[in-house]
Amino acid sequence: MYALRRAAVTSVVFKPTATIPALLLRGYASAADAKTLLLVEHKDGAVTSTTYNALTAATKLGGSVTALVAGPSAEKVAEEVAKYAGVEKVLVAKDDTFAHGLAERVAPLVAATQKKLGFTHLVAGHTAYGKNVMPRVAALLDVAQVSDIVSVESGDTFKRPIYAGNAIATVKSNDPVKVVTVRGTAFPAAEAASNNAGQEPAPEADKSGEGLSEFLGEELVKSDRPDLGSASRVIGGGRGMKNGENFKMLYDLAEKIGAAVGASRAAVDAGYVDNSLQIGQTGKIIAPELYIAVGISGAIQHLAGMKDSKTIVAINKDADAPIFQVADYGLVADLFQAIPELTEKISK
Amino acid sequence: SLSCNMSKALRIIVPVKRVIDYAVKVRVNPQKTDVDRNVKHSMNPFDEIAVEEAVRLRERTKSVQEIIAVSCGSSKSQETLRTALAMGADRAVHVEVADDAKLQPLAVAKLLKGIVEKEKPDLVILGKQAIDDDSNQTGQMVAGLLNWPQGTFASKIEVEEQKLKVTREVDGGLETISIKLPAIVTTDLRLNEPRYASLPNIMKAKKKPLEKITPESLGVDITPRLETLKVEEPPKRSGGRKVESVDDLIDKLKNEAKVL
Repeated sequence: MYALRRAAVTSVVFKPTATIPALLLRGYASAADAKTLLLVEHKDGAVTSTTYNALTAATKLGGSVTALVAGPSAEKVAEEVAKYAGVEKVLVAKDDTFAHGLAERVAPLVAATQKKLGFTHLVAGHTAYGKNVMPRVAALLDVAQVSDIVSVESGDTFKRPIYAGNAIATVKSNDPVKVVTVRGTAFPAAEAASNNAGQEPAPEADKSGEGLSEFLGEELVKSDRPDLGSASRVIGGGRGMKNGENFKMLYDLAEKIGAAVGASRAAVDAGYVDNSLQIGQTGKIIAPELYIAVGISGAIQHLAGMKDSKTIVAINKDADAPIFQVADYGLVADLFQAIPELTEKISK
Repeated sequence: SLSCNMSKALRIIVPVKRVIDYAVKVRVNPQKTDVDRNVKHSMNPFDEIAVEEAVRLRERTKSVQEIIAVSCGSSKSQETLRTALAMGADRAVHVEVADDAKLQPLAVAKLLKGIVEKEKPDLVILGKQAIDDDSNQTGQMVAGLLNWPQGTFASKIEVEEQKLKVTREVDGGLETISIKLPAIVTTDLRLNEPRYASLPNIMKAKKKPLEKITPESLGVDITPRLETLKVEEPPKRSGGRKVESVDDLIDKLKNEAKVL
């Protein structure tokens, strides 16, 4: 009920009249009239890192940012989100049917929240979760979605890569509501501050999607290494690794320099490592400070996933491999000699 | 990757898109309005996987009544539909539009919704994304418009009585969900390996029915909602420097790039 009253207030602040106390106008008086809803992705009670990159993109729109947290443990997650600078309010949708973020339940919630509170922008990370839910939201609202943005040019104009990153399109949305997913690596993560945004219950959504889908289980790859998507150093292995056992060499090196380990599609298809480690157009998009490509030729699809890395190193025995064209430092060598040597010497 | 245990025969729609071939290095046009499209085109790789999955479902279970390939685009989309027919689809529907470049996911989703309402399929299998616009939206949008469940980024599909068990590729690993039919599935690369169409099948495909319809006949407004203001080359990397040895590499990373 409180949420509804707030909605009534915020829907008139841009047409101020003498009857509205000046106090209520504070915070909405900026030139930008963006009113952004950030869909918070979380797992095991913690916010996923890309959400904080998406928060930075959301703040670049100007105006206010409201976060929406849905799930059985939504209150705990909301407390974490509320600390972040830029978050004005957190809407909490605590309900067991929001568990595991099933699109059939979450999308109607996001759409209902927009309809009741009149957001101008709906923002989420371009992750498996954001990609699954947001287009469904856009369809429910009859608006386009702008996927995987790498920059905010203005409230309605964004840059996004197309053709596996071989071209960058500047697109302008002519829809009243902008549904946007954000490439995490293109925006710095927002940092926790001493903010304490207020929490409110999220609006009720229709339950038409309930029972259409059911979560059965998951098989996650356990790793002590940093998360591939947000690590500042990454080592990628390709077909040149020859088998899965040899990836141990990369893990040994990764241990020394605190890096995450990823792989090319060729290495994944050959079964050397799990699919979730794939870097590329159809896998993870990374942009670490340092990327070391080992035994990777550098196909277009792989480059799409790592060519925004700050420094790229390639180690390959084929001097003509395309990876050398994008590498800041290329070492033409047998990786089975170079990697152990690098691991040994780098620790000194 | 597909098993089946059901009584009712399935009708499957497979939307396919004609795109610039995945191996072509695309170039931005001199006007910076689009990429140069006068290059080799082929079926979007994720859509080949979708067609393959529909055909495998029929081969394995004998419970698929019909596979209908659909493409929205210029007249050249018919080549892509013939490829789908050669792979094993039974008939094709071509929604003809003047300009492929102006057709956006929401419009395609609405066209597909119109076709679903006409054809009454149990299952629509789409690619998870087209490799030209890289949007990754259409399947989810169709599901939203129809209020059907969605199994996106599927690497395994099992058909059970009036339900699908879908293994999805998610961040960090795999997730399995159960969705009620009728449903939308989008394919990930690991779902299957598409077959090559044999010459006899390519010949046979020429005789399979291909219906041509218009967006107007489906009552769909395909006006673009997004305007492309500019298309640019990505920033060039100044790569290409070689180092002599592991010692040289460590030195450069420490003292020049300062990343170690």
